[in-house]
Amino acid sequence: MVVDYAALKSGGFMRQKQKNNFSMRLKVVGGKLEASQLAAIAEVAEKYGHGYVHLTSRQGVEIPFIKPADMENVKAELLSAGVFTGVCGPRVRTVTACQGSAVCPSGCIDTYALAESISERYFGRELPHKFKFGVTGCRNNCLKAEENDLGVKGVYSVSWSRETCNLCGVCAKVCREGAVSVTEDTLVVDETLCNHCGRCAKACPSDAWSGQPAYLLSFGGMFGNRIASGRQILPPLTDTAALFRAADAALGFFDRHGKPGDRFLVAVERAGWDVFEKYIRAEVLHA
Amino acid sequence: MPEKHLAEWRPDAWADVTDVVCPATFAKALAALEDLEKGQILEIRLNDGEAARNVPLSIKDEGHLVLKLSDNGDGTCTLLVRKLDD
Repeated sequence: MVVDYAALKSGGFMRQKQKNNFSMRLKVVGGKLEASQLAAIAEVAEKYGHGYVHLTSRQGVEIPFIKPADMENVKAELLSAGVFTGVCGPRVRTVTACQGSAVCPSGCIDTYALAESISERYFGRELPHKFKFGVTGCRNNCLKAEENDLGVKGVYSVSWSRETCNLCGVCAKVCREGAVSVTEDTLVVDETLCNHCGRCAKACPSDAWSGQPAYLLSFGGMFGNRIASGRQILPPLTDTAALFRAADAALGFFDRHGKPGDRFLVAVERAGWDVFEKYIRAEVLHA
Repeated sequence: MPEKHLAEWRPDAWADVTDVVCPATFAKALAALEDLEKGQILEIRLNDGEAARNVPLSIKDEGHLVLKLSDNGDGTCTLLVRKLDD
């Protein structure tokens, strides 16, 4: 039997050291799996694997020790429980996310919903090399947005109104950047210090602060052989359509400037950060 | 409506959470609030830093009204909270 490794890889089957054994990568979006999916995965691991799974560094699940002869059965059994195979190789990978505003008190954006939308639009798309999206709900950055080729961080675009403010002092204390201070009869806000974390709006007991969810994007991060932190080149975006314009533009840029085997950052560096930044800003801010 | 002019708050009870760390600070503050009637005010002494940054936010999430957070200048803060939900 001739094994087509490229086809297997694109279908999420990772060759193991043990001959004729593959670790089967599953599709997981935002680290969320239903209990019924987990039950089906457990059953397959018992029946076809070695009775265990590996949780990957990017919220994925792999079932090791799957034999090529069982692959179709395994896929069908998983599919019947709504579990899909993942991908490897030069394409858009698992979209990771923290629990975000749906669950976490610190969350500024609905990370699950956004991860689903990103995955629906881009998952598996062919590119010069792997491409990773990660969505983190707030400045605490549990999901490590900047490690990703395109990272999304939830923030708040905040504004303050004197009318309902009772000068309680909470916002000045919860602000980690020292951007807010309280005087006898007003608040002083230094917007140059504001990092859009939104804690002022979240903590405000009198709704004097309001916060609109926004996305802070980072481009060109990676955390493998080479380590680089993604760069922020756009202001916080309050419009989800603008986020997708940015992602569309970044992937298109990667397609045009990346040679096979280049990570996104390498393609951006070859073209020049100034060229990339100008292009993205034009696509996103002047559309 | 916001409660204005905060100088005159008279606490009905008092709690000191400077002897514990997160998340026990919040838990201890909540436990103290449980003993109050709706509408009463709890004065909480807490450490500046992590506790002062996080407890007011958590209290709000629990549905109570933070009235005032003031710095005592000795590494502690005083938080006044009106109990709203039972």
